[in-house]
Formats: sequence, C-alpha cells, structure tokens
Amino acid sequence: MNIVVCVKQVPDTEAPIRIRPDGGGIEESGLNLIVNYYDEHATEAGLRLRERFGGTVTLLGVQPERAKEALRTGLAMGADEAILVWDPALVGADHLSVARVLAATIRTLPHDVVICGKLSTDDNAGIVGAALAEYLDLPQATAIAKLEVDSTGSSAVVHREVEGGVEVLGIRLPAVLTVERNLNEPRYPSLPGIMKAKRKEIKVMTLAALGLNPEEIKQASARTRMVKLAAPPKRKAGRMVEGDADGAVAALIAFLKDEAKVL
Amino acid sequence: MDFQLTDEHRLIQATAREFATKDILPRAAALDQAGTFPAEIIQRAAALGFLGISVPEQYGGAGIDAIGNVIIQEELARASAGVQTIVTVNNALVCDPILRFGTDLQRQGYLPALVSGKSLGCYCLTEPSSGSDAMSLQSTARLDGESWILNGTKSFVTSGVEADICIVYARTGTEPGARGISAFIVEKRFPGISVGKVEKKLGIKCSSTAEIALTDCRVPRGNVLGNLNQGGRIALATLDGGRIGIAAQAIGIARAALEESLAYAAARRQFGQPIAEFQAIQWSLADMATRIDAARLLTYRAAYVRQQGVRYTREAAMAKLLASETAMWAAHKGVQIHGGYGYIQDYPVERYFRDAKITEIYEGTSEVQRLVIARQVLEAALGSAR
Amino acid sequence: MAQDIWVVIEHAGGSPKKISLELLGRARQLALNLGGKVVAFLPGSGVKAAASALGARGADIVYVVEHSLLATYTTEGYTAALSDAVRAEQPSVVLIGSTAQGRDLAPRVAARVGATLVTDCASVDVANGDLTVTRPMYTRKAIGTVALSGEGIRIAVVLPAVYPVPPAEATRTADVRTGQVALQPGRIRTTVKEVRAIARESVPLTEADIVVSGGRGLRGPENFALLDALAKTLGAAVGSSRPPVDSGWVPHDYEIGQTGKTVSPQVYLACGISGAPQHQAGMSGSRYIVAINKDPNAPIFQLADLGVVGDLFDILPKLTEAVKKFKAGGE
Repeated sequence: MNIVVCVKQVPDTEAPIRIRPDGGGIEESGLNLIVNYYDEHATEAGLRLRERFGGTVTLLGVQPERAKEALRTGLAMGADEAILVWDPALVGADHLSVARVLAATIRTLPHDVVICGKLSTDDNAGIVGAALAEYLDLPQATAIAKLEVDSTGSSAVVHREVEGGVEVLGIRLPAVLTVERNLNEPRYPSLPGIMKAKRKEIKVMTLAALGLNPEEIKQASARTRMVKLAAPPKRKAGRMVEGDADGAVAALIAFLKDEAKVL
Repeated sequence: MDFQLTDEHRLIQATAREFATKDILPRAAALDQAGTFPAEIIQRAAALGFLGISVPEQYGGAGIDAIGNVIIQEELARASAGVQTIVTVNNALVCDPILRFGTDLQRQGYLPALVSGKSLGCYCLTEPSSGSDAMSLQSTARLDGESWILNGTKSFVTSGVEADICIVYARTGTEPGARGISAFIVEKRFPGISVGKVEKKLGIKCSSTAEIALTDCRVPRGNVLGNLNQGGRIALATLDGGRIGIAAQAIGIARAALEESLAYAAARRQFGQPIAEFQAIQWSLADMATRIDAARLLTYRAAYVRQQGVRYTREAAMAKLLASETAMWAAHKGVQIHGGYGYIQDYPVERYFRDAKITEIYEGTSEVQRLVIARQVLEAALGSAR
Repeated sequence: MAQDIWVVIEHAGGSPKKISLELLGRARQLALNLGGKVVAFLPGSGVKAAASALGARGADIVYVVEHSLLATYTTEGYTAALSDAVRAEQPSVVLIGSTAQGRDLAPRVAARVGATLVTDCASVDVANGDLTVTRPMYTRKAIGTVALSGEGIRIAVVLPAVYPVPPAEATRTADVRTGQVALQPGRIRTTVKEVRAIARESVPLTEADIVVSGGRGLRGPENFALLDALAKTLGAAVGSSRPPVDSGWVPHDYEIGQTGKTVSPQVYLACGISGAPQHQAGMSGSRYIVAINKDPNAPIFQLADLGVVGDLFDILPKLTEAVKKFKAGGE
C-alpha cells in the first residue's frame, strides 16, 4: 500500500510565544519547533497500515528547510522516505495554496491513502486535509477516531465524532483521511530508529518541478491577510475564597446568582 | 567550538524527554512512595533502546555517542532519578565493560539480552569492608577445573534484586590491591549466588539496593571478563564512564528542582505579588540556572573527550564532582524556595532533595573525585616524579 | 447576489441547530452593513417546512436544495449542493457553523469554487469591503485578526456561542427559493452506515450556558458522579480536562482544551483542574470562570473570577444541595 502522510512543523504548544511588537506574527527566534501533535497520530496510522499491508510510508511537508527536523522524527518512527517542498513564494501562503502544492506533489507519487492530522496546533485551521481531498478529487473522512480497512485495502469503515454521537462511515480508497487524537497512540521513535533515520533520504522539491507558478500562488494567497496578531485580552483579576466548605458554598451561590446571573 | 546540539542530538533529546514526561513523570512520586521496581517502565524503555544506548547496532543497540547518552540520562533523571539509576547502571556499568573487555562470545551472549530488556545488569564491586578503598576488596575466586569458585559478599548493588547478569569483582591473584583482582560475568542462575539484605534508602527508592552473597558460586571459566588479574583496571575504566552517567543524573535532578521552583515562584503570591518578583528568589534562581549550565557543559565536555578515544578520567571526575554538588545544592535551594510546601510530599522538590544526595556518594564519593582530580592535575603540572 | 450573506443551515431532521440560528442573527447585522440580503441555505430532503422558522430568525430568503441523496449529510453530496448554489448566486459571504459537519464541508467547498476561507472565527465583521474576523491562535496565546479581501466569495466558519440566538419574530417571513443539484450516487464515495447517538443527559458541551468540568483532582471515574449531580441541578453540561480522558475515566467527547473542544459558556466551573495552558485554550473564552481546587498555587486561579481553595469532595455535594434549595425557592 502506498501511504502518504502530510506533516507540519509547529511551535511547541507547551512553550510561551512572543508576539512581535508590530503585530505581524510571533518571534521566530528561540522557538522550540515540534511535529504537529495530530501529525504524529497520522504517521502512526500510516505505519500501522504498512505493517498490515506492506508498502511504503512517505512523509510530505510544505515548509522551509528547518522543517526537515519534523520529517526526520517521522522517519525515526519508521517512515520510509520524506519529501519537503518549498519556495520563497510560499511565505504567507494561505491554507488552500498549501493544499494545492501538496496535491501537486502527491499526484507525482503512487498513493492509496493520504493521511493528515485533523488540524495543526499553531492555527487550528483544519483546512488543508479536506481541501487536499478536493484538489485530488478523492473522497474524504475528517477527524476520524477509528479506522478499519478491509482485507483487500480497497475500502474502510471509519468513526467520526459528531455532535451528540458517532458517525460510522464507509469510504472507498484511495481517500484522504484526517485523524483525531483518539485514533491511536503514536509510537515513540526508538533510539535505533533515530540513528537509522539518518540514512533515509529527505528529497527537496521546488514549485517549478511540480509545474506550479509561484506568482499565481502569491496572488491567490494575497486575498487572505493576517492584519494583526495581539495578546488575548487580560481577564480582570478574580478573588479568592478560602476556609470551610459552608463559607465556600455561600460564596459560590452568591456569585452564580449576583454576578454570573445564572441562578 | 560549536555549542549547539546536532539535529540528531536534538531529536534524541526530544524523544527521551517525551518518553520521560509521558511514561515516567506521572508515576515518579508513586514509585518513590511505594519503593517498587518500575518493571513496566523499564520494559518500555528497553523496547525503545534505552538500555543499550551506546551498544553497536550489531548487538541490537542504538550506537549512540557519549554526548547522546548524557542527553538521554539527563532527561530520564529529570523525571525520576530512581528509574534513571537502573538505566544508567545497565548501560555504563554492565553493557559497557562487556563491550570493551569482553570476547566476541561474551558480547554475543550477553549484550542482546541486556539491550532488549530480557536481562537486567548489576555491578558488584563494593563490599561491607571496602567502599572508597575499592581495591581492598576481599571476595575470592579460585579455579576448580573448568569453573571459578567465588566467595564473598557484595553490598549496595543497584538492581541487585531484579538483575540477572552481574559484573562481579573478586581476588584471583596473590598481589594485594588492584593487581590481584579479576572481573567475572556471573548469571543469577549459576549455583551459589543469592540476594541478601535489601536496603531501605533515603532516596532513589524505586531502584533496589541489595547485598549479593557468593557462597561457592560456580562460574564457568569462559566468564572471566577481560584478562585474569585485569579486574582493577576494568573497574576503574568502567567507573570513568559510569561517572559521566551519574553527572548527567545529577543535572537532571538539579534541573527538575529549578523547573519546579520557576513554576512555583511564578504562581505563588505573597505581599501582593508573585514571589518571582523578589530579588532573593531571583538570585537563587539565577544561581541555580548558572550552576546547572556549568555542570552540564562540564559533563558534555567529558563525553566529548571520551568520544575522542583518549583518557577522560579527569574530565569525568570533574563533571561528577561539580554536577553532584550542584544537584544537592540546587535541590536544597528548591525546597527553600517552595517554603513550607517544599517540605510536603505533594510537591516533588522534597524527593529531589532526597534523590540528589546519593550522587555525591556512589560511583566514587566527592572526596574520591577530588583525590582523582588532584592526582591528575598534579601529575600534569609536576610530572610523575613528584 | 453580490452583497448577500449566506448562512448554511445545519439541521437535525429539519430542526435548525442553535449555531445556525446564532449565525442568522449575525448575518442580519452584517447584511444591514453590506446592503444585501440574508440567505439561509437549507440542504436536505423534505426540509421545506423548516423555512418558516428560518424566516422568523432573520432570513430574507431560504434557498432550499432538496435531493434524496441529501437526506443524510455526506461530504460530496453537500459540497456539490453548496458549491453549485454559490457558483450560481455568487454571495459575498458564506457563514458556516464550526461543527463536525461544518469543518468537514467548508474547506472542500472553498477549494472547489475558489473562495477564500477562514475557520475558528470568534468574531465576524465587514469593514471596507473586507470580511474581517478574529480567531484564537497558538493555543489561545494570541488573537489573530484576519481579513479576506472583497474579491470573490468569502467563507467563514464560526465558533458556537459567539453570537446570541436572535429572538423569533413570528411575523417575519422569508421567500423560499429552490435550487437544484445534479447528483449521481456514484459521485458520493462515502456511505453513512449509522449515526450512533451517545446518550448524554445534558445539553451538548458547545451549546451549554454552564459547564461543570473535572480534572485529575477528582481522583477517579466514579467521582464524576459528583459533577453529574451538580450539573443536573444547574442544567449544565459536564466536561473534563485532558488527564481524565487519558486515564480512561471519561470518553474523549468530554475533553475541553487544545486536543478537545473549545467552549465559551456563560459560566465555566473547573473542579480539581490545575489549569495547564492546554486546558485554558479550550475554556478561557468563558464569560465567568470559577475554580475549585485544594492547591492554592494552581494556575487556574490566575484565570478565575472566583477561586475557591478547598476540598471539592466536601464542597460539591454541599453546593448541589444549596442550588437545589435555591431553585426550590428556599435560601
């Protein structure tokens, strides 16, 4: 089975960020960059499919050079090869443009299933996976929490969390799947795996090689602008109550009644 | 001189940190309270390659360099010094001497099991009457046909309870001191080896510390490690590497104390502001950060010299000395910064305080490290004719 | 038409979901600004009856697309229906609720018709021809203001509970128009085998006015019963931080935070939750935050309007009783 997994490198969600004084974005220096959490689950899903059906797991990213580190993590987990696509024209590219570039790359590869994280934790956009499915003209299943592929590898049944329940969906492969975190438990890269990953190739591709016009991409992306990035409004300082339970309960009731007005 | 970690080292660090944070840290306090061996964690660590970090690929290891090992040990110790003790002993005091001094047969026979977690290693050098004066050990080994018969008592053996492969030092020659000692690979299943008293300790409680009794223990002839009467040299060479692992452990503990203190100082408010705003606290945090960085760089330097293939005794002793004293000092500061809460077991700093102490003692006390360093420094300055 | 604001109506058996009504209310205000009409896009099968309810909530036009293959939501069925419709009508703005369906549908439609798209919107405005939205970023450590320029169709996927549900004006009616979609079964390459309802007594988390949430401090799954009891008296929904989900105490759909749901209720009551940034990301938009924790240094207290340092095992049952009494007319 030919499995493609899309991987994005994002700032570590546990670390603080510094917003640039001009509000144009965050300070890039000193950032701890990691693999997008949901893409670890996507990579794990790909590796398990390979364990079952054989084949290859190819990691794919559309980001600058430093994202190679993120791809190397997936290679250390056990993926076979990785491709990184970049062009200066992609700075500030919108999500739909990124999806177009991914689609153009995937079209050059044999692909039976394309797996993405359901969103990336830097911007929570959740756009690329479904847009990618449209550009590839493949069926999609987003935010899947369970995946059962039939023995021939030609179709699957997935579970999606929807409001108030679980949708059980049959889908034909090839398809694009975006994954929710409870789909699986991603394996750690093993130490031998990390050392072996050094010997695996990360191919670098340009837009030109994919037949894409950088100018077109810039123009399409220009329609979406980040006007400014600001710190969230500070909440007014609250007050604390200590002491016995009865006093606490009285304070809570008063708060719910008089301030929050929900009682 | 490049002070940056390579991409590979960063990936190793991230992996070790994630494993330590997700798999070890949530259980660290409970393991310390119960004092139980973390069998599940050790098995998972083994599956990821943590028990044979620098063992070459051909024996199932990861073949990671000395700096990579330091990085890993620090991350594991940051989560639990007890768990990390088990790991570093297996790596530095058992896999390493077998790798360096063992025959092909011994390497093939023991390394894959030690790396995979099928076996666990322990190191039997210290005895009730010989600690710092290790080379005065009294356990004996005499040849009887195709076997060596070992007699004696070994004390303070880390993982003594759970280990099944033991590096045991015993006196084979008539010469006193280091020159009459040989090293043996002894399996627990050999007749005549048993676990004696299991110690209750101040810290690193989930790592077992036990007496090992040898009563006419029969060891096959092929299980001499290295050459006969070479044991003293093997012990000292092994300790050089072990000390780097302990230095890394100490840095992990110290860093844990610092990180917890930073978080606490930011959250704890007194006199209308976070205590992190007060100069006294800031100076403590600054000193902790500075000394930890210094200890870490000294430890990386020792690992680097080892990687060059030259003698690193002085560098390892310096690293172990500075790092262990930093850990104890930083843990002490950490408790103080936490105030009353630092004394309460709900907060982890009291555990760091108890765990840190051992780093100043085992694998050569700070006093011994100073002797080692002094000898090296004087010899370098004055030559051997002093 | 070119100034119209469309709202995609998500419905359960013809009954519009709360988020869709919230967006109708907002669309009404935006339309006044833009000088266009509010169009409620209603896909489905046998849904025309829902049109009047939508008129009452602010729709000028209800654009109905009916087809047997639209009876249940499928990505490709609804993408075709919405794409064909917006291509024909060329609205200025399309608002879609941020639900599992909305998030599945919007990117595919945007890619198909060449629209611009922004998701997770915490506010939607029109200014100088641009569609301007704010959205949380970097685990809610920052708020981004994004502008989609005037050319072409702009699609915004909007978070629930940002805008109020507009009051129903019984006399307000909407024109009903019908659109067509060409759909062959072969073009819908997924099959909904079933939708299993999860029996939860309370209101869905993202729609609740009050959320009562538990963390590691609850010590075990059985203690969520304390939260259930309190939630029942308050008419609240029950959620959790990440550790109870990771420990298997509650299923993933309880989770609030970076790897779970984002909620913004009127009141968020955090019980035994330390308040790590991951969790704050999912609830810091709540109007009022109350925290009960026995650790006075827990980060959640930095966020709380009312912070109670105490034993939740003692406080929660007493609070439940007190609420019951209050609602029964006592004191």
